Amino acid sequence: MKKLMLGNEAVARGAYEYGITVATGYPGTPSTEIIENIVKYENINAEWSPNEKVALEVGIGASIAGARTIVSMKHVGLNVAMDPFMSISYPGVNAGLVVAVADDPGQHSSQNEQDTRYFGIAAKIPIVEPSDSEECKEFVGAALEISESFDTPVILRLSTRVSHSQSLVTIKEKQDIILKDYDENPNKYIVAPAVAKKRRVIAEDRLRRLEAFAETTALNKVEYKDKKIGIITSGVAYQYAKEVLPNASYLKLGLSYPLPENKIKEFVNSCEVVYVIEELEPIFEEKIKSWGLKIVGKDVIPTIGELNPEIIRKALLGRSIEGVSPSFSKELPIRPPILCPGCHHRGVFYVLKKLGLHVAGDIGCYTLAAFPPLSAMDTSICMGASIGMAFGFEKARGKDFAKKSVAVIGDSTFIHSGITGLIDVVYNKGNTTVIILDNSITGMTGHQENPATGYTLRGQTTTSIDFEALGRAIGIKRIKVVDAYDLSTLEQVLKEETLAEEPSLIITKRPCVLLKRAKMVNKALIVNEESCKGCRACLKIGCPSISFKDNKAQINKMLCVGCKLCSKICKFGAIIAIGDED
Amino acid sequence: MNILISAVGGQGALLTSRILGKLALNLNLDVKVSEVHGMSQRGGSVVTYVKFGEVIYSPIVEKGTADVVLAFELLEGARYASYLKRKGTLIVSNQRIDPMPVISGVMEYPDRLVEELRELPISLYNVNAVELAEKAGSIRATNVVLLGVLAKTTNIEKYEWTKAIVETVPKGLLEINLKAFDLGCNI
Repeated sequence: MKKLMLGNEAVARGAYEYGITVATGYPGTPSTEIIENIVKYENINAEWSPNEKVALEVGIGASIAGARTIVSMKHVGLNVAMDPFMSISYPGVNAGLVVAVADDPGQHSSQNEQDTRYFGIAAKIPIVEPSDSEECKEFVGAALEISESFDTPVILRLSTRVSHSQSLVTIKEKQDIILKDYDENPNKYIVAPAVAKKRRVIAEDRLRRLEAFAETTALNKVEYKDKKIGIITSGVAYQYAKEVLPNASYLKLGLSYPLPENKIKEFVNSCEVVYVIEELEPIFEEKIKSWGLKIVGKDVIPTIGELNPEIIRKALLGRSIEGVSPSFSKELPIRPPILCPGCHHRGVFYVLKKLGLHVAGDIGCYTLAAFPPLSAMDTSICMGASIGMAFGFEKARGKDFAKKSVAVIGDSTFIHSGITGLIDVVYNKGNTTVIILDNSITGMTGHQENPATGYTLRGQTTTSIDFEALGRAIGIKRIKVVDAYDLSTLEQVLKEETLAEEPSLIITKRPCVLLKRAKMVNKALIVNEESCKGCRACLKIGCPSISFKDNKAQINKMLCVGCKLCSKICKFGAIIAIGDED
Repeated sequence: MNILISAVGGQGALLTSRILGKLALNLNLDVKVSEVHGMSQRGGSVVTYVKFGEVIYSPIVEKGTADVVLAFELLEGARYASYLKRKGTLIVSNQRIDPMPVISGVMEYPDRLVEELRELPISLYNVNAVELAEKAGSIRATNVVLLGVLAKTTNIEKYEWTKAIVETVPKGLLEINLKAFDLGCNI
């Protein structure tokens, strides 16, 4: 039976068919749907982990304890998991261990374009790279086999277009895989120097054996057609190239590390001109050139951004397809993503902006408050960085500056990697004010449960973390909980806490407006046109429901959820709930 | 057939692309659907691609190769018109949703988009889709009204379309969506 499946959904199906029974991960675009789909298979013990490091550590434990395992994350998530990732390379695995890492060329939802292949090379861990959903599923099986035959974790390298495209997948029966025995083997898994030095030699030998395997595996596929142009490629770039040059010859690298030297030499020598088409960094190119072979790569194919057929067509054939060329008399305004109507982050950032504070921000929906009209965030570097960075401001510029700065971080991000930053502030006698925006969900990636929500991945109720108690345990004395919609209290609390010469923790609470279990039931607001003076103060909060016509505010009743933030800001009482007209 | 769907995040582009994917699957064609998730969903400009035929390689539609651009909002239709091939079809809802630069008064919403789109060598369907969706029972069915207009322009049998809708849309919303589809077919 054939089914149309998202790449990530097919990875989940592969996990099921090839006998994976443990799956862990932390949400991150474009990887999130792997775990979201895996949870549909009852026999797989799946979890959202607090962060990628923990996810991989649970995965390593599960592998050593005998279960085929998959760990899922986005490319920058692997940075967080790098310690266990590098450290498990020498010891190797027991049952198959697949680390699914989704890169984001084009930075659709990411802070950088790091190429995960470098990480595999650094760790001497092999990489398989699917180009469509069918391969997403089948390469999970291939990765598990490599993992178990070569005693190594394996990276399944995905990309936005592979993860988030649907294509046809052949559904198969689940294989019967028996839980292996627990591998009690300190001489393998205790990486004290005496053991690790021996494992280092074994890992190097493993790489030589993998190189030999790369020459023969069906993952690396040669398609000879017209030999005037040969193309060496991998992942979705293969699909783009095939679209442009269906009749060229191809060497498609399904195992993209380590590379098959002889196979590549033979291919290059069989074709007149050989292009290396790889998304992101010139990793194949540099290796192939180091063997003295003549190929064309990044001289014509860009390193920056996502590839597409148009780029390849221009690079290889020097032309593009002529379609229609619209011209518009007025520039088309951009449509950036925005905080949703009713989002509780909006009011918090409105107040932060009003108080003129320096805001060290973090990663989540609330990063959108950095953009106009709120423009209320100075920095957002990586998951959890806000707290350490705000403390860094204070270290550099002293207590007075700390009184004008805050760190702002979401609930999931705080648990992911903000807690240690907060400990640093307390331990090293800082004054930093930290705001946890607790909306009871991991928002930006599309509503995943986390340790603060009270629910597991499977929707079972569980213990939810108590941020106040956590703050007290760390040693914070000034802890305030504020309703995120209560702007006057929030303003008062912020003034007090930023001035205090000790660490403060402010927790703003309100569930995400999109959460079904916290559905807003308020009616849309209306504008009393007689009271509206056209001052445009309500536009400062950047709510998409509010616009201006004939110098009066108007509210889009389809979008408005009745949060009343705008009516709190309006000095003339012009924005009211229906029924409150008098 | 190459279809590009452009919309404002939250308008149902994902569901529409999945109905089209199902349609192609039922017709035994090779098919690829490319979606956008994550950051761009939050009220931003979103694009999804649907391609079906004998063999499909790239999941994304190249500029100048779209047979159809299906736009759920006027400005988003204009933004992606350049993806159309000559004699391609632009089906656009005449709904206007102001983006943030317009709301905050930094830019104007262009007022001559329809006239300017009419000058292109394409078939243009400027559809009052929101009104038809309301008539069908929910403004949320705007996407399926437009799908009805698309169905009208193709040779694919109508029952294949309704079958794909029935197999994709959640049961509770089916009646409204089938009605919306019919209204789109009959404009």
